[in-house]
Amino acid sequence: MKVLVAVKRVVDYNVKVRVKSDGTGVDIANVKMSMNPFDEIAVEEAVRLREKGAVTEVIAVSCGVTQCQETLRTAMAIGADRAILVETAEELQPLAVAKVLKALVDKEQPGLVILGKQAIDDDCNQTGQMLAALADLPQATFASKVEVAGGKASVTREVDGGLETISISLPAVITTDLRLNEPRYVTLPNIMKAKKKQLDIFKPADLGVDVAPRIKTLKVSEPPKRSAGIKVPDVATLVSKLKNDAKVI
Amino acid sequence: MACLVIAEHDNNSVKGATLNTVTAAAQCGGDLHVLIAGANAGPAAAAAAKIAGVTKVLHADGAYFAHGLAENVAAQVLALASNYSHIVFPATASGKNIAPRVAAKLDVGQVSDITKVVSPDTFERPIYAGNAIALVQSLDATKVLTVRTTGFDPAAATGGSATIEVLSAAADAGKSTFVGSEIAKNDRPELTAAKIIVSGGRALGSSEKFNEVLTPLADKLGAALGASRAAVDAGYAPNDWQVGQTGKIVAPQLYVACGISGAIQHLAGMKDSKVIVAINKDPEAPIFSVADYGLEADLFTAVPELIKAL
Repeated sequence: MKVLVAVKRVVDYNVKVRVKSDGTGVDIANVKMSMNPFDEIAVEEAVRLREKGAVTEVIAVSCGVTQCQETLRTAMAIGADRAILVETAEELQPLAVAKVLKALVDKEQPGLVILGKQAIDDDCNQTGQMLAALADLPQATFASKVEVAGGKASVTREVDGGLETISISLPAVITTDLRLNEPRYVTLPNIMKAKKKQLDIFKPADLGVDVAPRIKTLKVSEPPKRSAGIKVPDVATLVSKLKNDAKVI
Repeated sequence: MACLVIAEHDNNSVKGATLNTVTAAAQCGGDLHVLIAGANAGPAAAAAAKIAGVTKVLHADGAYFAHGLAENVAAQVLALASNYSHIVFPATASGKNIAPRVAAKLDVGQVSDITKVVSPDTFERPIYAGNAIALVQSLDATKVLTVRTTGFDPAAATGGSATIEVLSAAADAGKSTFVGSEIAKNDRPELTAAKIIVSGGRALGSSEKFNEVLTPLADKLGAALGASRAAVDAGYAPNDWQVGQTGKIVAPQLYVACGISGAIQHLAGMKDSKVIVAINKDPEAPIFSVADYGLEADLFTAVPELIKAL
């Protein structure tokens, strides 16, 4: 079976972003971009399933600006077989991406779609669930273990009190949590090979999808700053501060 | 205009996160209804009816609701959706799992993790691991929201007297089944609801040390235990203790960070705490930039001293 993996180009997780002074957004000009960490885990999982023989082809998909091609090349260097870019300069929200992915699911008929649980820029945690709803597929979110056998997937999920295991019938949508796997480093030979792999480019209109935003960002501001704290010389001072000044114990 | 709150419950009682969600929903205006979809969830429905401000509890019972599978609960919510302007979930593992499924079926955008209701269609939510706050307006007729529970005070669990209406349950979607769970047992306060949290990082060195050093302090303070991702990945603490962008978001009265450097992703989960104490031997650790009280010391000596001094 085929696996479709969705990857997003985001501001690198180590970058401390700055809010633009005019309040229109965060400043991402000249900032290092990379693949969303959860999506790396998703690609790795898909490639591991292929290495185990459960999967025949891994297709990486990204939606967004032209530069998302770099993210797709990274996915192919990890081991994805080919890639699809749905190119648009519009701001894409989870519902729009889910609709694009639904169109690609109809077209490619994958047995499994793997996404990251959330993107570290908008922190939405919606796209996988929305895709599952639109394509009418079962979902397993926040996966920390995936086993595929006999037309079903057994997925262990990270939930609030601990772990939960569910069984879903394939095709299905899975979103990855941090502890699903440790993504491999891409090697130079694989980066070179990835340059030769097939990358198809579509527009949302080619897929018949309207990507107009449904949520309007009115303003982006800095979070309230914490007032500067103090360093205490020893434990006794700390305890007295907590008891007398902060009154929290 | 009316709001539907999807309760998080264990069939016998309503979880704390539901109370914070009710407060947020009340700020959206209109009648306030709560949905309890569960298996033999009569006691949970009765508890929900007592929450102050709730006017009606809708109770749907079916064996396939027992574990809150997204496909089944979403179907039940969708059966009711046309009566509501707002459909509100707590931003817990369960709420995050179900809400987008409902939104997509209704063909509306969803607003995640709101921290403030500005008006019935305008909300604040943190983005980029809490490093920016976005003011967003939903352009859709139905607003599907998840609520960051630490952003709202809990509604009173008693004092309400809502009517309970028993619904005919939506059919089992039959797409997924619950196999089993490993829920960590502990008698400490729940992490997201605790007034005091003692949290440990990589510096603890091992699972034994983590328990040996931090458990007595947590016991002394009546605190919940938390951990950084480094501590969880190294196996010092279970996954569900992780505080941060990808773990739990907490805002206790007192947060004690022991041996945690304070990466952006960790700060995202705890920087709304009222008072932050950092114990770290590295004077350059970024955690000191958010700590109200910083103690530059080896935690293996400072923590036992602290326990003695309390």
